[in-house]
This record gives sequence, C-alpha cells and structure tokens, in this order.
Amino acid sequence: MYRYIIRRLLILIPVIIGVSAVVFFLIRSIPGDPALILLGEHSNEESVEKVRTQLGLDKPKVIQFFYFLYNMARGDLGRSFLTNELVRIEIFKHFPATLELTLCSMIFGSVVGLVLGVTAATHRNSIIDYITTVISVTGISMPIFWLGLIAIIIFSIKLHILPISGRLDPTITFKAKSGLIILESLLRGNFGVFKNAIYHIILPAVCLGTIPMASIARMTRSSMLEVLNQDFIRTARAKGLPARKVIYVHALRNALIPVVTVIGLQFGGLLGGAVLTETIFAWPGIGRLSVEAINARDYPVIQGCIIFFALIFVFINLLVDILYAFIDPRIRYD
Amino acid sequence: MKKVFKVFKNKAALVGFLIILFFVFIAIFADFIAPYDPYEQSLYDRLQPPSKKHLFGTDDLGRDILSRIIYGARISLAIGIISVALALGVGASAGLISAYYGGIIDTLLMRLFDVMLAFPTILLAIAIMAALGPDLKNAMIAVGIVNIPTFARIVRASALVIKEQEYVMAAYALGQSNLKIILKHILPNIIGPITVQASLSYGGSILSAAGLGFLGMGAQPPTPEWGAMLSQARSFIISAPWTVTFPGIAILLSVLGFNILGDGLRDFLDPRLR
Repeated sequence: MYRYIIRRLLILIPVIIGVSAVVFFLIRSIPGDPALILLGEHSNEESVEKVRTQLGLDKPKVIQFFYFLYNMARGDLGRSFLTNELVRIEIFKHFPATLELTLCSMIFGSVVGLVLGVTAATHRNSIIDYITTVISVTGISMPIFWLGLIAIIIFSIKLHILPISGRLDPTITFKAKSGLIILESLLRGNFGVFKNAIYHIILPAVCLGTIPMASIARMTRSSMLEVLNQDFIRTARAKGLPARKVIYVHALRNALIPVVTVIGLQFGGLLGGAVLTETIFAWPGIGRLSVEAINARDYPVIQGCIIFFALIFVFINLLVDILYAFIDPRIRYD
Repeated sequence: MKKVFKVFKNKAALVGFLIILFFVFIAIFADFIAPYDPYEQSLYDRLQPPSKKHLFGTDDLGRDILSRIIYGARISLAIGIISVALALGVGASAGLISAYYGGIIDTLLMRLFDVMLAFPTILLAIAIMAALGPDLKNAMIAVGIVNIPTFARIVRASALVIKEQEYVMAAYALGQSNLKIILKHILPNIIGPITVQASLSYGGSILSAAGLGFLGMGAQPPTPEWGAMLSQARSFIISAPWTVTFPGIAILLSVLGFNILGDGLRDFLDPRLR
C-alpha cells in the first residue's frame, strides 16, 4: 500500500509540472504587458523596463518558466498586481471559505444522493424510483448559477428565510484563526455565530451540491440494483436479518466502490462550480478570487488560483484511489 | 434506419430527442416564431412582467425576453455543434492514433491528456478564455478544447479492443494502409460510444458556455446568449425576477434533452450498463 502511494505521488510530479506549464504559457499568452498593467498606462518607459527586469519578463519564456517552477517549489507564486500581497497568502486567506463550502456541499450531495439512490433501488419501478430518476436527471443538467439565483429569489427575497450572500451577517464580528467559521465557532461554543454561519452556507452549499447529489443518487441506484441481485444478499435475507441491516450493511457497503469514484470525480466539478457559486453568493473563496483576478487582469493571482485548484483536484483523486482499499479489502495495490 | 428508430422505444431517449427537436425547430424558424426583434430596445417597456404583449416579460432595455430566448437557441445549438465537433475531431483522431500506433505517441498523447484532465473543466476553460479574451467564438473553442481528453480516452479504449479483432489483423495482412484500416475498419465499429459521448458532451458544452457567459467571459452583450442574459439580469433579481427565470429554464431544458438522449443511447447501445 505504501509503495503504491509513493509511486502515485511520484507520478504526480510530471503531472504537476505539466499543469504548471499549461497555466504558465496560457497566462503568458494573454495580450498586454504585465509590467504596463502593474504600473498603469501613463507610466514612463524607463520604469516599465525596470519592472520588466524585476519580474524577469525580459528573459525568454522558457527560462521564465523554469524560474517560475523553482519559485513555485519554494511556495512562492509571486505577488498580486492589485494588492501587492503574496499570492500564496491571498490563496490561504480565501481557501478556508472554499473548503467550508465544498465540504458542506459534498456532505449534502453525498448524504442526500445516497439516501435517494438506496431508496430508489429498494423501491424499483415504483413512484419513488421515478421521482428519484427525474430529480437526478434534472440535477445533472442544472445550471447551478441559475439555481442559485432562483434560490435567492425564493428563500431570501420572497420568504426571507435565508440570507442572500456572505458567510456571516455584517453585524457579527468573529475572527476565526483557521478561517473555518463553522468549525471554530462550534469548538469555541459560540452557538450564535455557528447558527448564523450555518444559515449563510445553506443556499450556496445546496446549489453547489446539486450536481454531485444527482450523480451520486444515479450511481448508488444502479450499483445497489446490481448488488441486491447477488446471492449473499439472498442469504442474508434468508437467515432472517432485518431488511434495514441487509440494505445498509450488506448491500450498501458493496455498492459503495463505484459511488466513491463518483464522489471523487464530483470534487473536480465542485471546485469548478465553486467559481460560479461563490460569484453568485458573494462567498469570499478562491473561486471568487479567481474571477475578480481575471476581471482585474491580475495574472499572478489567476495563475496561482488555477494551479492550486488543479493540485487539490489531483490530490483528491489520489485520496479516492487510496480510499477504495479501505472500503473494499479485496483491492490490494501492491 | 429501422435500427435508429428502435432507440426511441426507450421512452427517455424519445423525450430527449423531442426536446432537442423543439429547440432545433425554434432555432431554425426563429425569424418567423419570435414576436419581436431580439435586439430591439424600448425604454417605455423596460422590465415589464410577463403579459399577453410580452409572454416572458421584458429586460432592463425593454427587449422581449421570449424573442431573445428563441434567438438564443441558435447560439446555444451552435456552441454545442462547434465545441463538440472540435472535441470530437481532435479527440477522436488523437485516440485512434494513440490506440493504433501505441508506443511513444500513445504515451505522449495520454500524458498530455492526463495533464488536461487534472484541471476542473470550467477552470481550464476559464484559463483558456483568459488567454483568448472574452468572446462567444473563443468560448466555443475553450469548451471544445476542454472536452478533447474525454473523447480521446473513450475512443482510445474502444479502439484498443477493436484493433485486436481478427478482421483488423486480416486487413493488415492483406496489406491495407494504416489510414484505411483506421477509417474503414476501426472507426465504424466505435461509433456507438462516440455517439453517446457526443450527446452527453453537447449538453455539458451548452452548460459550460452558459457558465462562461454568466461570468462575463463568453458571449458579450447584446448577444442573446442565455448565460449572458442571466448575467445581465442579475442586477434586477429583486425588481424583475422573470428576467432571471426564463433564460435559466431554457438552459436547463436544452441540457436535459441532450443528457437524456445520451442516456437512452447508452442503454440502447450497451444494455449491460442499464
């Protein structure tokens, strides 16, 4: 197992270099001189030239790329053109919000998806099954940015149940050292803040979790149907085990492997979806940071955010592969 | 032809096909169906709620939303066609070459696609858009590029199986050229999975392009693209919720059509996956 993990980590190195190369050369091909953007259009040629030298822009692109890789390996992704803050710091400042949002949406998507999928499979061809199928097919086709707007109209504007945007009410001041407001307020016993943060995260998390929920429901249904037809389930039933135990212990565990794959794959979609969801709900995460950076042509930040997202995605995929072995002891990687 | 119609015994596939047919119809006959010019502004009719005069209401510039959605179908279908054609053309070629020749070409191409797949789709599209600049044509290209690896992988996997079949070996033994073997013997036998993927990617492409449009990186105003319409309508979400509602329903329905047709095709072509 350890050898497998190490091998996979080694394979990641060329992938990470490849990802960095793609992003680096894409961003460098954006028309316009970064030095000019940094200094403003009315700056004199001398200072532009000086900044170009400082940023290494006077060197050939391939050399620039190796410098970039070298700096990246040391955790240096450059400075934001806009705030002059280190990109690394900007990303770490915004990451907790994205983490909180994606985790909550994944929990929503997985729990609701699993329950829907299992219920549909155990009530095959019933009205419940058809409703679940409609929900999952519609969910997969859902433009989440639209779902977010509709949810705001219904729950925030018409019903006044949930807040429109942000992570907390503006009147609340709560400094979370880790940036994870929900977790930290809970641990510190500040239930007022906890409740407020939960209220704020419901709409974005449900919107972002809709597509994963639909995919997980679909996969759970088909995977459960396959397992439910197998002999050991008949044996479990024949020996008089309660139906709930047969379904949730015997069948579900065996049906989980393809479901875990889908959950892992959905993370990529979630990270991408975070860009849209965060924009709609003014959620101060990396997705929103990247969109703002693109609008402001803040190249180092765009570059940093996209590489960071890709790295997370790659590591999640690795984690999913490792997770298989824990769910299904028959899988051995050595 | 009979075989084609057999697909529609699957009710879902039929529903999907009819939805697509509906959008194709309104796209083709937009000039006759749309009650107004989609670009025509009327400041007297700003933000009118749905009424007999304007079935879906009007937007902030007094343009008829129904007409804009009808013309938007043209754009969305074009986005799907161009981006899927690009992804299919490049991806299928790469997949076929990779599977047929193997060796270093296979390794290089597949590693390249591994790198592309390491990006969440819409983020890679955003990165490409940042380089190309915000524009509808560029959005189609970006969405097409991000779909290339999926086609390449599917085609490669299917072609690897077909390549080992005896009739392919026979063709090779008879001295047929590589190109002929690929195009005449391998390609026709992997049309099934390609068709399924094309249908599913079509829906996904419309969704991604609408997402780019929504972020202001795709179609630019005043183009009646559904995602861009949503983006412009955002500011009027409180005073005129209908400006947001209808373009979204159009996106949802069209994507739904392609997704359920894709599912139906998959069930039909590979009943084991049902």
